Amino acid sequence: MTGWALGLRGRLLLAFAMLGLTTTALVAGVSYGQARTVILQKAQDAAVLSLVDEVSRLDPVRQLPPSPEQLNAIAAVVSTGPDAAVVAYGDGYAPSGLHPSELPQPLRAAVREGKVVWQRFSRDGTPTLAIGTQLMATRGDGSTEPTGIEVYRLHPLDDEQHSIEALAALAWSTGAASLVLAVLLALLAARGVLRPVRELGRAARRLGEGDLRTRAAVQGGDELAGVALIFNQTAERLERQVGELRRMEADARRFVADVSHELRTPLAAMTAVTDVLDEESEQLPGDAGKAARLVSQETKNLAQLVEDLIEISRFDAGTAALSRDDIDVAAAIRATLRSRGWTEEVTTSLPDGVVARLDPRRLDVIVANLVGNALRHGAAPVTVSLRAAAGQVEVAVSDSGPGLAPDVLAHVFDRFYKADSARSRSDGAGLGLAIALENARLHGGTLVAGNRSAHGAVFTLRVPTGDPA
Amino acid sequence: MSRVLLVEDHSTVREGLRIALTRQGHSVEAFESGERALAHLAATPADVVVLDLMLPGMDGFEVCRRIRANQDLPIIMLTARDDDMDVVAGLEAGADDYVVKPVQARVLEARIRAVLRRSNGRAAEPAAEERHRELTIDRAALVVRKDGAPVGLAPTELRLLLELSATPGQVFSRQQLLEAVWDQGYLGDSRLVDACVQRLRAKIENDTTAPVYVQTVRGFGYRFGPL
Repeated sequence: MTGWALGLRGRLLLAFAMLGLTTTALVAGVSYGQARTVILQKAQDAAVLSLVDEVSRLDPVRQLPPSPEQLNAIAAVVSTGPDAAVVAYGDGYAPSGLHPSELPQPLRAAVREGKVVWQRFSRDGTPTLAIGTQLMATRGDGSTEPTGIEVYRLHPLDDEQHSIEALAALAWSTGAASLVLAVLLALLAARGVLRPVRELGRAARRLGEGDLRTRAAVQGGDELAGVALIFNQTAERLERQVGELRRMEADARRFVADVSHELRTPLAAMTAVTDVLDEESEQLPGDAGKAARLVSQETKNLAQLVEDLIEISRFDAGTAALSRDDIDVAAAIRATLRSRGWTEEVTTSLPDGVVARLDPRRLDVIVANLVGNALRHGAAPVTVSLRAAAGQVEVAVSDSGPGLAPDVLAHVFDRFYKADSARSRSDGAGLGLAIALENARLHGGTLVAGNRSAHGAVFTLRVPTGDPA
Repeated sequence: MSRVLLVEDHSTVREGLRIALTRQGHSVEAFESGERALAHLAATPADVVVLDLMLPGMDGFEVCRRIRANQDLPIIMLTARDDDMDVVAGLEAGADDYVVKPVQARVLEARIRAVLRRSNGRAAEPAAEERHRELTIDRAALVVRKDGAPVGLAPTELRLLLELSATPGQVFSRQQLLEAVWDQGYLGDSRLVDACVQRLRAKIENDTTAPVYVQTVRGFGYRFGPL
């Protein structure tokens, strides 16, 4: 696992632990070494001084070689307390003391050369300080000379060892404690750093999900607070701009709805008399009759357009409501075709007994728009087929025209989209397919445009059957 | 030729509808307010009322209720497509049918004919009088009595009751009833049926929360009885 994969928390922990360990090891190691040296040095100095002092106060040896008794007497003086003594002269030694072979040999060699020497060594596992010197004889003129009698004191360093061990234990426990402390500090630091990071992440996610009122908490004045501040400013700007856009869009839609409603009253008056115009146009001479028919036809078209605009405004405003009823879908489709005089033009495959809980008026709008569109833009024969499967009703309206080009397919449900830009407004689809799509969605269904593998476009409506009331 | 009482506040719409209905052979009395229409109706009988819901002063619902309080003549509401709540409220106020503005003359004419047909009733019924528990239905005289007392039913309510009670126990779908009573079939609004059933129940049932004469069959529609 790499450092990057560890995450911020892991990396912080690792860094703090390493730092704690290194520092502790360094400090504890150096102090331990220093203290150990000082302790041993002190013990050593004291032992050397005391031996030299004690030896100098011994009765001078009058004759050489000394007798074992004399050596024993010297050994008795030197071996005080826990200290053991070795007193040797040539190959002889004091029998009351230890055997000279217990001594490290380099020590003896140095003592024989007349030096005062000391050495630490391990004696039966006990750290021991050995100090050696030669006994001096005082001449008549007061000068001294070595007698060849070697006096050694073996001073066990138990106490010092204990002190040093206690020191080492203290170093270890200090190290352990500082490691724990480092980890705790690391966790604390990670929390301090990571909490705002996590909160910022959460806020960013909420913002992404569309909750534009999301703001991050700004704590303190560090870099993270700076980031949170920038985040908040960005979110605020975004909220303002989106709000502005929504307001503008809502205003535009309300304007369309208002205009449509205003158009309704004059249209209601005009529509009421279109039949009169139609009937009278036969008797009107020439252009007057044509004008009357034109006014009548365009009044109907305009009325339809205004109703479509009002209808789509209701979808936009979210006020479109379903009025469901259990209906025989085949019968409803036949009624739609019959009421518009399409029964002869359209081939049907409508099995009986498909009952669904739908809004009959909206189903009529969907089917009428799809069939009307197929008749206008496709080629005969236009087919309407019905299928029921797995809680769904599927109505497919297909024609035998050239089908839909890919760029048309993508926009076929757009409002006022014209597949052929040369085509005039009056025979265009206008809002019909957009309204059909909205109606399908209102039922919790889908409306999909596509091409048949053979020729022609096919619009497929799928709506859930719905639970009976 | 029928006498049509038209109530519409917009002068051009009123004039357009007056022209269209007159050409269909009706005699039309047009008013711009509910108050004036009611005053006229009190003195002069009419066969059918065409009533705009959005009126200044007394609104269409109130006019509808006042007419219903005294008379059983058919009422057709003029409403806008997006006034769904108004449609429901209008039907509850006692309207028999509604058309959506803007309306073509021939559509309005077809609706007027339908409500007039059902208010005239079926002329030749073989069995004159039937008894269904406390309810007596005289198909010839078009009179319904409950415990001997006549029940004032609006034309649509009467037609609905006659349709349902002709074959007691048979379930009618809302579409069937729309076709039989309103001449509308699959393109009709089933709320017409539901609202009419509610009004009918209020008049003939003892307990409208547990109806015995006009029963709901969930998922299918309505039936008369079984008693």
